[in-house]
Amino acid sequence: MEKDKKSEIQLLLTPPPHIKAEESVRGLMSSVIIALIPTTITGIYFFGIPSIVTIFVAAVSSILFEFFYQKIVRKENTISDSSAALTGLLLGLNLPAGFPWWGTVIGSFIAIVVVKHLFGGLGFNIFNPALAARVFLLISWPLQMSTYPKPASIFSGLVPAGIKQGVDAVTAATPLTVVKTIQLSHDLSRSIETATKISWFDLLIGNRGGSIGEVSVIALLVGGIYLIYKRTITWHIPLSFILTTAFFSTIAHLVNPDTTANPVFHLLNGGLFLGAFFMATDYVTSPITKKGMVIFGIGCGFLTVVIRQHGSYPEGVSFAILLMNMTAPLIDKYLRQRKFGG
Amino acid sequence: MDNWKIFTNGILRENPVLVLIIGLCPVLATGSSMNDGFGMGVATAFVLISSNLLISMLRKFIPDSIRLPVFIIIISTFVTIVDYVMHAYMVELYASLGIFIPLIVVNCIILGRAEAFAYKNTVKSSLVDGIGMGVGFILAITLLGAIRELIGNGTLTFFGRELFNLSASINFQPVLVFIMPPGAFIVIGFMIAGVRWMLKKRK
Repeated sequence: MEKDKKSEIQLLLTPPPHIKAEESVRGLMSSVIIALIPTTITGIYFFGIPSIVTIFVAAVSSILFEFFYQKIVRKENTISDSSAALTGLLLGLNLPAGFPWWGTVIGSFIAIVVVKHLFGGLGFNIFNPALAARVFLLISWPLQMSTYPKPASIFSGLVPAGIKQGVDAVTAATPLTVVKTIQLSHDLSRSIETATKISWFDLLIGNRGGSIGEVSVIALLVGGIYLIYKRTITWHIPLSFILTTAFFSTIAHLVNPDTTANPVFHLLNGGLFLGAFFMATDYVTSPITKKGMVIFGIGCGFLTVVIRQHGSYPEGVSFAILLMNMTAPLIDKYLRQRKFGG
Repeated sequence: MDNWKIFTNGILRENPVLVLIIGLCPVLATGSSMNDGFGMGVATAFVLISSNLLISMLRKFIPDSIRLPVFIIIISTFVTIVDYVMHAYMVELYASLGIFIPLIVVNCIILGRAEAFAYKNTVKSSLVDGIGMGVGFILAITLLGAIRELIGNGTLTFFGRELFNLSASINFQPVLVFIMPPGAFIVIGFMIAGVRWMLKKRK
């Protein structure tokens, strides 16, 4: 994210204008954390105590890894800028509730130490730390990472519904996984149309299987609009990302309505809103220019649809964003503003 | 330069994989277990030592303008020998290394040492250089394979014998990503960083 004054380097390689606002890293991070509060609350509401544990372990272990890494390599301590806390929170929201605690701790290690600090710390990482850690965990422990507990309100006796029946938790496949299973099995008796018939209301409030933070579209929208209102992020990446996903999934659905899900289903399922508002907009790993941001968003949306339709994983948002992270420096290079008349 | 220095040069100071960063393709592709890594290392080292030896013997007869085709012919002769021997006596290893055995021909460590060292130095120092570089290569690829196998599969096997099994003793859940291609890049990154740190400390 934006460098603070102490680590300001002399060479400015970014396009003009070089106007500096009186905004600190801490301020930016805090507003993102505030924007994530509704999402966190709905996640906890639907997935109960295990989700609190997952988020808590992710945030605390991220902060501890940042603290000890900077102690060991004798770097200035930057916990107070709360970027590690934000990475931990985002990682927690990207995991299924009840993910084993040791996996969460390993994820924090990957995010903070490997992806962030080994590349030079805040402002120098190529990939979004929380997302890279999520993908690392997804590839390493595919079983645990795709075991999603069925949502159940914690107010129904303070325990998820499954525990009352004497089992640890009831799991449910995410709607996208159901669609992918049908696509891969070529089973004509189960049509995509019935599989995607989930009430829009349930999808909007988040009453479906999924990662803790990705389920509630409304909560994510509230947070995202708050960030745009506070000018922490601009509309360019989220809007182009979501519109491109809608555009390409519409085309896919029109061409092949029997084997593809409808575009509304694609928009409201998976981690699209979490990715578009909170992951793809990370300052460090996305382009600087407005035009670049739009290209970045379009690339993310296109890759998301391609992976969802043709990949072996049901969900493509995190892979799409990581792939586009790699192109961000290139986009910036080719869209560098030329000197007027030069 | 005395022979001992030439020998140790290849192992640490100019380790082909970890310091010169050449010949990475077979290292990353075949170093997914200790056994495969060691097998690939030995095969490559044999070709490297033999071609270094022959090229330094013939260096006064090879015309300068066609030296590269001549090097390639010499190298591919030894690769063919390795290919046939492995196919006859080590079928299992041969099957798991697959296309990467014929590809030793284009391993840039071997051509690089021929061009940079064997073509300019005596037979004796070229032999020592080949052994040093070969041992350095074997160490790097075996270590990479061992680390990846241990973390990614929870086992450590060598010549068909299981040295130990983490999944059996403690409830270890293997980190699958380490036996996949991204794991190779992650581990080699850490190994290169470790060697740099060691070399910096020695100065």
